[in-house]
Amino acid sequence: MAKVDIDKYPKASLDINIRWCKGCNLCVTICPKGILSLDELGKITVDKPEECIGCGLCEGTCPDFAIKVVKDA
Amino acid sequence: MPSDIIRYFRQETLPHIWCPGCGNGIVLRDFAVALEKLNYPRKEVAIVSGIGCSSRAAGYLDFDTVHTTHGRALPFATGIKMANPELKVFVIMGDGDASSIGGNHLIHACRRNIDLTAIIFNNYIYGMTGGQFSPLTPRNKRATTAPYGMIEQSFDICRLAEAAGATYVGRATTYHNQLLTRLIVEGSKNPGFSLVEAVTHCPTSYGRRNDLKTPTDMVRWQKENAVWIEKIRDGSASLKEEQFAIGVLHRHNAPEFTAEYLEVIKRARK
Repeated sequence: MAKVDIDKYPKASLDINIRWCKGCNLCVTICPKGILSLDELGKITVDKPEECIGCGLCEGTCPDFAIKVVKDA
Repeated sequence: MPSDIIRYFRQETLPHIWCPGCGNGIVLRDFAVALEKLNYPRKEVAIVSGIGCSSRAAGYLDFDTVHTTHGRALPFATGIKMANPELKVFVIMGDGDASSIGGNHLIHACRRNIDLTAIIFNNYIYGMTGGQFSPLTPRNKRATTAPYGMIEQSFDICRLAEAAGATYVGRATTYHNQLLTRLIVEGSKNPGFSLVEAVTHCPTSYGRRNDLKTPTDMVRWQKENAVWIEKIRDGSASLKEEQFAIGVLHRHNAPEFTAEYLEVIKRARK
């Protein structure tokens, strides 16, 4: 299987509304790059923002509308 | 949340009261995305809901909304639609609300083929009242009122609606986001009764008692047990135990109730 070159996909950043996050862990487990985690308060943090590929899975699966994927132009 | 759909919400009510990881929020978001795609003027949309966790969804949306009595969302919606057939009426119900308390209303709304779009949040349980089994709880699954497992047969609400005469029937899960949005959009455009079953997850009352301890386990269960209807139709997949079909399950053409009613008014005036 051909290796996918992620560098050719446009980068994206995550706009997170921390007040609405309830720490359910869904985005952490669904992220294909594993760049999200929960901090000591149980709220979402982005560990490796530079590795985000902007797939939008975290935004689609967040039940609390806390994540927005912003595609970099 | 995408800034363009946040305008559909009553933002002072957020964050919502649903438990951490509750799938209702995902369905609500998909519904808002569908409303954005449909792009109806705000004055032409009415959202009616019944009682239960899921039915609180109407309160978070900044449209003309009605939070009605238990199981009676469809009669209220029928009244709204009959009084003003121009309105686009969406009905939000839970699985218990739609199939048990309002079961009779559901089959007759399907039979009449009135132009409503019913979205049924199916979390397989009565979540708000503490996890009693509903008519959609699968066999052998545990609930507070079935601690040794459910012994009754469960409804397949999509097949029920199809048999009762609904002209558009679809099912999606909270894992299959984009499908759910597409079904709501198509259901709303369908002239007749459209039923969209949104399989959602209740980690607090259902998952905890059924070996699905986290919201992630429940979403994974959905991913593993949902089978696309196209694959079943072309014979490349079949339904095993616990599995269910997703996609556009049924569609046919039939006379729509409000249009027929307006015809009757014309005939009576001659």
